[in-house]
Amino acid sequence: MTETFISWGMDPNWAWGVATICGILLIALPLMLSVAMIIYADRKIWAAIALRRGPNVVGPFGLLQSFADGLKVFLQETIIPTSANRGLFLIAPIITFTVALLAWAVIPFNSGAVLADINVGLLYILAISSLGVYGVILSGWASNSKYPFFSALRASAQMISYEVSIGFILIGVVLFADSFNMNEIVKAQQGHGLGFVNAFGFNLLLFPLAVMFLISSLAETARAPFDLTEAESELVAGYQTEYSSMSFALFWLGEYANVLLMCTLNAVLFWGGWLPPIDWAPLYAVPGIIWLFAKILFFFFVFSWVKATVPRYRYDQLMRLGWKVFLPISLLWIFLISGYLMLTRYS
Amino acid sequence: MIQLFAFYLFATIVIASAAMVIFARNPVHSVMWLILAFFNAAGLMLLAGAEFIAMLLVIVYVGAVAVLFLFVVMMLDIDFAELRAGFVRYLPLGALVAIILAAELVFAVGAWSAGGVDLASRAAPVVSDKSNIQQIGELLYTRYIFLFEAAGIVLLVAMIGAIVLTHRTRGGVRAQNIAKQNRRRPEDATRLVDPGVGQGMEL
Repeated sequence: MTETFISWGMDPNWAWGVATICGILLIALPLMLSVAMIIYADRKIWAAIALRRGPNVVGPFGLLQSFADGLKVFLQETIIPTSANRGLFLIAPIITFTVALLAWAVIPFNSGAVLADINVGLLYILAISSLGVYGVILSGWASNSKYPFFSALRASAQMISYEVSIGFILIGVVLFADSFNMNEIVKAQQGHGLGFVNAFGFNLLLFPLAVMFLISSLAETARAPFDLTEAESELVAGYQTEYSSMSFALFWLGEYANVLLMCTLNAVLFWGGWLPPIDWAPLYAVPGIIWLFAKILFFFFVFSWVKATVPRYRYDQLMRLGWKVFLPISLLWIFLISGYLMLTRYS
Repeated sequence: MIQLFAFYLFATIVIASAAMVIFARNPVHSVMWLILAFFNAAGLMLLAGAEFIAMLLVIVYVGAVAVLFLFVVMMLDIDFAELRAGFVRYLPLGALVAIILAAELVFAVGAWSAGGVDLASRAAPVVSDKSNIQQIGELLYTRYIFLFEAAGIVLLVAMIGAIVLTHRTRGGVRAQNIAKQNRRRPEDATRLVDPGVGQGMEL
């Protein structure tokens, strides 16, 4: 994009700046729109599985429901509890929302379509997702209220626990792709499975990691069945209990942007990203971004499906799954993968 | 130009937030300023071309260590009046530490302006065509492999030590045994009976 602006006769420095800002807007604005639509889709899928109709009043098929909700929330009054820690109380949702947008900078949408093509892309995503904890902890603490605080403790313990196994799973992918750069990881998947399937997930060594990553990403985004942070039967509404109007909406948007990010990571790391599913020339005629979106939507459907059908875990079961099941297995898998690569690729 | 601007931005925020760590009255605010300082230090690392170290700083310090700090500080029931009451008592010790730090600062700046030791000849030459991660990995896993593994073993021992010290087995806890639950079959748990009229059921 920078070249385009330079060809319009702009100074290279300015062209870079303008191109970057355009890139950020090109990612952030459609992302917000898709978050609104994905909330609608989530509710519709959930309703369909529960044999209900879901939102169907605002606009055709209820398509404008999310925008109506957004407008309603925007017009409400922001209530700050008197005993709350004002500054941190207001910063917390902003952190959640900002962090949810930040990670998209390194997601490759097509062969060259990535905002920041850095060679530590995957580490950047890990770093940013570890920041997400702060929005939750701060909101729980600053609310100065029992239930939000319990929820914040639960959420942060849960996120940290699952980040450990996610880290090990990602190392497995990095070992196979031989790079931390997201685009290189996607390119390494070309014809990886049986010589014609563009996905790491079809590799028998990586398939268990793909399954564990999908489950860990459910836990990392605190979606059902791991939504203990907002377990309404125990904790009212979790860390968001004291929030209202826009400050609540920011949590909401951030949460769904994170869910979309995790779906994208599943698609990019294990199922070929913007590559077509099969390494066959005519399929490359379809733009890569469409393949990526199809995969993201598929994983989002899986997320909604799980939310609608799987009952909530108990907290000790959640911790057991993270520390006693996923962590040892992913650690063992690192040994297996490095041993396999040592024998085949580097000997 | 933009590097210079970024450097001064990051450096100013690091110093300001480091100062705020000390000046903030609320310990939770102190930890938050500390996190901001870590984050901007990572920015400085990026400017120095050490992107791997920068990411590690954020993942390890901001993502894990500072969260534990925050946990501990939030759990403490801190009485601010009591905290400030010891000011006079700790003043001599505090002043001593401050004097030592100030003296070190003066010495360091003095030595640096006097020309200093030629450290550049000791540093490893930078290979520009390799990424950060590859360079660090090659050094760690070849030249410093024993030190690296020794550090790993020290951490392992520390971890086991912490678990041994804090682990307590309590009696009378009914823990869930998932393997046992999964092994259970309908035949072990249920039976079909057909009691006659007027007869009871023995459970």
